Amino acid sequence: MEVRVANVRKEFERFPALHDVSLDIKSGELIALLGPSGSGKTTLLRLIAGLERPTKGKIFFGEEDASQKSIQERNVGFVFQHYALFRHMTVADNIGFGLKVRHGPSRPSAQEIRRRASELLDLVQLSGLEKRYPAQLSGGQRQRVALARAMAIEPAVLLLDEPFGALDAQVRRELRRWLREIHDATGHTTVFVTHDQEEALELADRVVVMSQGSIEQIGTADEIYDTPNSPFVYGFIGESSALPVKVEDGQVWIADRPIGLPAPHAPRGEATLFFRPHDVDLVDECNGCIAGTVAASRRVAGTRRVELEIGGERQRIEIELPVDHPAAQKSRVAFRPRRWKLFPAA
Amino acid sequence: MTTAPAKAGWRFRQPSVIPGFGLTLGFSLAYLTLIILIPLSGLIWRSAALGWADFWAIATDRRTINALEISFGTAFIAAMVNVVFGTIVAWVLVRYSFPGRRIVDAMVDLPFALPTAVAGIALTTLYAPNGWLGSLLAPLGIKVAYTPLGIVIALIFIGLPFVVRTVQPIMEEIDKEVEEVAATLGANRFQTIARVLLPGLAPAIVTGFALAFARGVGEYGSVIFIAGNLPYKSEIAPLLIVIRLEEYNYAAATAIAAIMLALSFVMLLVINLVQTWSRKRYG
Repeated sequence: MEVRVANVRKEFERFPALHDVSLDIKSGELIALLGPSGSGKTTLLRLIAGLERPTKGKIFFGEEDASQKSIQERNVGFVFQHYALFRHMTVADNIGFGLKVRHGPSRPSAQEIRRRASELLDLVQLSGLEKRYPAQLSGGQRQRVALARAMAIEPAVLLLDEPFGALDAQVRRELRRWLREIHDATGHTTVFVTHDQEEALELADRVVVMSQGSIEQIGTADEIYDTPNSPFVYGFIGESSALPVKVEDGQVWIADRPIGLPAPHAPRGEATLFFRPHDVDLVDECNGCIAGTVAASRRVAGTRRVELEIGGERQRIEIELPVDHPAAQKSRVAFRPRRWKLFPAA
Repeated sequence: MTTAPAKAGWRFRQPSVIPGFGLTLGFSLAYLTLIILIPLSGLIWRSAALGWADFWAIATDRRTINALEISFGTAFIAAMVNVVFGTIVAWVLVRYSFPGRRIVDAMVDLPFALPTAVAGIALTTLYAPNGWLGSLLAPLGIKVAYTPLGIVIALIFIGLPFVVRTVQPIMEEIDKEVEEVAATLGANRFQTIARVLLPGLAPAIVTGFALAFARGVGEYGSVIFIAGNLPYKSEIAPLLIVIRLEEYNYAAATAIAAIMLALSFVMLLVINLVQTWSRKRYG
């Protein structure tokens, strides 16, 4: 089901949590809401679910205005970070709950509910655990049960709030791949909230980057990583280094020297230069480059991360070098970013 | 290092590395013996001196049986009523914030603190046929004071805090997300309460019931004022014990006490077993 969030604003006791957010989600899409805590991503998810009511704006499921519907009528599957399983029910009863509480002819027979529960348990790879209680399961297993329970009602949209947040790193990676497989198999429109960018970039069809109650950028992993459209996104996604610079005569300057980066279209004046630490070319002779004194050098997995002090103000930035690169031993290093972006200084 | 093979049959749960197991167990046993076990065995000892035939005669006496029926019956009804109202009171105190909530919260404990005789006199004044409430009920043909109904009301008053105070902390711990999940799955409010919330509260409610019931069976002070104390009709077992004591009939008094003790113990044991079972299941 398509989901359309139209100019939604949400205030909690006068404190705005979301400002005028709009978002179109295509049917069958897997969308990640990514942002630091307090960015409003969970609020947006809860608004879609109907667990909160928007202060202004509307939310459409397909053509229907869902903001007028109660939570029960919206038919969404919601999965919480801490599972929120019903402790006093077996795994099978948990999964069947959404079907059992239906009224009249839409309620399947007890036998049908049982069949459906064990089918879903097969799907989440927990066959044979029907009779267990949640207390007898591991964290990863509980989250799978929570997902199966959400899927049992054939939801219009599946909403996951930091679904892997409470799990350890290995289980997390495993479940991430598994969620992608399930999504490909079932095709539910899915929105999940995360503050883990690796999770968002790896898993989602499109990533929605949020900050301070607004959407900063919406795009595929490639778009978000390669062409960030704001200093926030550049800084938040992946590693980045930032330097204060000046634009003059179609050139980028640091202090009183041009650094060999042409910027014919950038407006004149103060700006901030962003680049990725690994995306740099070392140069031997510095005529038009960024040069700095090595302040620290650390080995990080497959690369060496070198911290440089640039210019008179001793601005610190990081670049990454191959482990065996001789430059890491030198006291001065000169480089030029291969790919970079300028944002006018705020 | 080798580990000793696990022995069959029961054994002590492995004490933790933190010392003090021997000391604390010893203290607990000594304390329980002094305060509870010795007085109670004295009771049984005295009633045993009676001889089986006499004991049986007292136990099957119409007046004794009626007194026991009234005591256990009214305590049971009162505890059931308290389960319903106590849970609702706890719900209101936990879920809503309203002006005066703290005062209501504190008021719940009053039956703990108030001398029970004061409660009994106050309730009697209210529910007597010429009292505020009694005079309203009298035209409807409902008599409260001096009937078993009055006993039930006194015991409801006495038992309420037990249910509220046992249910309240567990209710505070209910995860809001569990309710939200139930709502997204299509459950209406009633279904959420009946199928999700109450089963989670059941162990606490059972505890509250057990405490209120036990307190009700033993209650004396408040009941004797409102009950009217008509033998066979509204005479409770504790009062019958006191009457026998005043007649210097110690044997009969201890015999009735021993019967009450046995009945109470069995009921509390059953309630405890139910709880252990449910706790094991739901972890």
